[in-house]
Amino acid sequence: MHITINGTSQQLISVKNLSEIVSSYCKQSKHVITELNGTIIPSDQWSKTNLQDGDALELVTFVGGG
Amino acid sequence: MTDSSLVIAGKSFTSRFLLGTGKFKNKKDLSDSITASGSQIVTVALRRIDLERHEENILEHIPSHITLLTNTSGARNAQEAVRIAHLAKASGCGNWVKIEVINDSKYLLPDNQETIKATEILAAEGFVVLPYISPDLYAARALVKAGAATIMPLGSFIGSNQGLKTKEFIQVLINEIDLPIVVDAGIGAPSQAAEAMEMGADAVLVNTAVATAQNPQGLARAFALAVEAGRMAYLSGLPLKLPLGSASSPLTGFLYDELPAN
Repeated sequence: MHITINGTSQQLISVKNLSEIVSSYCKQSKHVITELNGTIIPSDQWSKTNLQDGDALELVTFVGGG
Repeated sequence: MTDSSLVIAGKSFTSRFLLGTGKFKNKKDLSDSITASGSQIVTVALRRIDLERHEENILEHIPSHITLLTNTSGARNAQEAVRIAHLAKASGCGNWVKIEVINDSKYLLPDNQETIKATEILAAEGFVVLPYISPDLYAARALVKAGAATIMPLGSFIGSNQGLKTKEFIQVLINEIDLPIVVDAGIGAPSQAAEAMEMGADAVLVNTAVATAQNPQGLARAFALAVEAGRMAYLSGLPLKLPLGSASSPLTGFLYDELPAN
């Protein structure tokens, strides 16, 4: 199935939950914020949230800024 | 000399120097500059994670006692600023947000109207909102009404190091607005930070000047001293400017009884 992560199309071989996605795409999960199809998913819900074909996911974190 | 604390949304700070964390060459410069600045509030931004490059988490380089102020940079309207604020809050790193709405790529001037709209929404939701604006009395009054915690007027264009080009307008806000005034953007030298504090600004925020200095840590310390000096000068009451000379030593009674005629 295909999902879009941060605007880029990604192919997933098997169904994955959000927690698995965060671990495979982010260096660490601390301070990562997820927004699935426009809704923020708190980190305690990640393992219960399965990705579906066509989902749009945003993975966001903190960077330097003024 | 005793000074009162800077109080923002009921939280007290002894430092009146806020530091931005953008543009630093490396994390060591950032970390050393935060220490040297003595800042108790630092700004950060939110971005999409780069899926190719696993970047370091900037929060690991900011001591936990420091209050994080997440900006909404990248927002072009109120709605986008609100979305960024919600994302920031979801991280669990507090609810302090600097509203920054910019949709001009040349001068990077903030959109005051959209900033007011975002402030209304977020303050009503319980955020501590620090809006960044072009200094304008009516916008500032609207922000007070909207529930802002401070007003952050720009000194000059972001990252320009031009100093207090908007000085007279910032002075109006200092005189008329009953919220802390934090001068943000364009401050490129410690003398300019001192000038803002001498005028009666409550605090100063600097990023580019420190981050892009040859020795960021050294300049961070210099800014901290300048902010303190400017504050002390303000509290001490600066004397009036005079149009003519006024001797600081007696000029008569030594060689002459009267001053020589011109």
